[in-house]
Amino acid sequence: MNGIGVSPGISLGIARILKTNSATLTGILLNDEAAILAHIKHFDDAVISAVSEVNDLIKQHTNADGIEILETQVEFLSDPQLRDDVVEQISIHKKNVNDALIASIAQTVQTFESMYDEFMRARAADIKDIGNRILKHLNNAPSDHITPYGPDTIVIAEDISPSDTITMDLKHVIGIATQVGSKTSHAAIIAKSKGLPAVVGCGNELAIIKDGDFIILDGSTGMVLVNPDQQTILDYTQKRSDFAENISLLKQLKDVEPITTDGTAIILSGNISNADDLDDVFDYGGQGVGLMRTELLFMNRNSFPTENEQFDFYKKTALKAKGKPVIVRTIDIGGDKQLAYFNLPVEENPFLGYRAIRICLDRTDLFITQLKAILRASIFGDLKIMFPMIASIQEVRQAKTILQQAKEELAQAGQAFNDAIEIGIMIEIPSAAITADLLATEVDFFSIGTNDLCQYTLAVDRMNEKISHLYDPFNPGVLRLIDNVISQANKNNIHVGMCGELASDPLATLLLMGMGLKDFSMSASSIPAIKQIIINNNLSKAKEIYNAVLAMDNSADILNYLQHTI
Amino acid sequence: MISKEYIIMDSQGIHARPAASLIKLTKNYKSTFDLKKDDKTIRLNSMLNILSMGIKGGETIAVLIDGEDEVVAAEAIDTFFTELGKMIKN
Repeated sequence: MNGIGVSPGISLGIARILKTNSATLTGILLNDEAAILAHIKHFDDAVISAVSEVNDLIKQHTNADGIEILETQVEFLSDPQLRDDVVEQISIHKKNVNDALIASIAQTVQTFESMYDEFMRARAADIKDIGNRILKHLNNAPSDHITPYGPDTIVIAEDISPSDTITMDLKHVIGIATQVGSKTSHAAIIAKSKGLPAVVGCGNELAIIKDGDFIILDGSTGMVLVNPDQQTILDYTQKRSDFAENISLLKQLKDVEPITTDGTAIILSGNISNADDLDDVFDYGGQGVGLMRTELLFMNRNSFPTENEQFDFYKKTALKAKGKPVIVRTIDIGGDKQLAYFNLPVEENPFLGYRAIRICLDRTDLFITQLKAILRASIFGDLKIMFPMIASIQEVRQAKTILQQAKEELAQAGQAFNDAIEIGIMIEIPSAAITADLLATEVDFFSIGTNDLCQYTLAVDRMNEKISHLYDPFNPGVLRLIDNVISQANKNNIHVGMCGELASDPLATLLLMGMGLKDFSMSASSIPAIKQIIINNNLSKAKEIYNAVLAMDNSADILNYLQHTI
Repeated sequence: MISKEYIIMDSQGIHARPAASLIKLTKNYKSTFDLKKDDKTIRLNSMLNILSMGIKGGETIAVLIDGEDEVVAAEAIDTFFTELGKMIKN
């Protein structure tokens, strides 16, 4: 079965089911004022005794995260709003204290579950948890005790409450799987902080697991296997040790600066599609964002996002990046990326058609909305704007004119923005690569998009499997174009980076550095492997590789050489 | 009465941890504290109420302080938001 992998790693172990007591309504109504007062007092006493129980737990606790969860619980337990709600249920609706509490908690849980923010939605679990704790004290149930687990325990639960995470004996726990939950639920947080593989949101299927079942858990893919065969167990034992090796490499490298042995500093950043992807970028040691795609913002909806919706999206990213640079690419729709609500006619050659900047320069209304949203968000961090699919200098000038117009409109409306925001272009069309010297006079930076540059240069459709062997970024023609872009950028003192696949190809790293590239952007998980190459090599070796490759006339020789040199 | 506006500069908005510290802080003063976002106002004594406002990063909120020690209380609120890496607007 499958859930959401929230804490990576592989566990093989024995299932232990964590049971939760569910509250039941009694339906008993109160019939006089004395009973009402008695039930309110009963509630207050239960809260006092619950608070003192949690305070005792705090005293026994040494782990700072745990203490914080418990202190938050104390605040929730003695919350005046909760008391107001319960008192209202008792005195106006005449419910007994048990039912009044269950109703109040259910109401509050619903408020949180319907919230837009995933983090806030996850707080519903805290509310349920304090409800259960007060109920327990209302019923004089025994206090929490720590259940000892045997070695290699995988905890299986409907959900893990904050209290569970405190009272659980984690010493022997090697994994967690839950029926409900998300990336921000307590199970996920506790598992991540302890480095335990965890899968949440597996659904009701998880209930088929019984105490003592043999479980394999893959916290990266979200897979859960019950009583697998011997071969599967062997396979996953191997995977588990591979993973451990990778993690140790990652840990060693995370805070290491990507500097060559002769002191050349390289920038490694991540490609992202939304603010949340930044977590991975920073976890893997990335230094910023070399490419933020904005298409996600336009997909899975029925109309274009408004300026404010877009503003929220960019602002969230800017804040989360905490001052690190983020290159925002303006919308790159058309080609293979279509929008349901934007009727683009079917084209014979969509990759050579109406797409990206060509749509933006035609539909300036859409373009200016996006530019204004990015500009407004630019005061919250270091955002830069990048235009995709540039083929000529006129297009750059046109785009800049529209950007200027966006700035003027914002200024007139009294809205703040970073007037000095840097502007760059994607180099992904051969004409742009060849005229890099001209384009360099108009922009602050280039970013080389190798995927499209390769398909346009070689006239090879990336989507056509029949000719996929012809798609070859090591073709000398492609390499010469890349070389020209990098050297022209350096000659004109503008910044140059690469955000296409080639940036994450370990075979290409030194060759590109030899060309003079110092800025690589890739998917977060590729960063450690590239960093490993950088810190173990120097610029003169990179130059040597570059000169050798330059003398070769075909990609087979080039690849063979690179494979044997690196 | 003193009214102060703040832009929340934390991408997570006001979540459990800062909400709890904020409540703790208000307990040191005799003044009453209200928190206002858009047209919704709540008393600053309930975690549930603060969290249910769903205050996100980049949003603007106002804190209204009323009472005999409102001047010192307002200073404490200023410090609170500044220390949490949040930017003072007014």
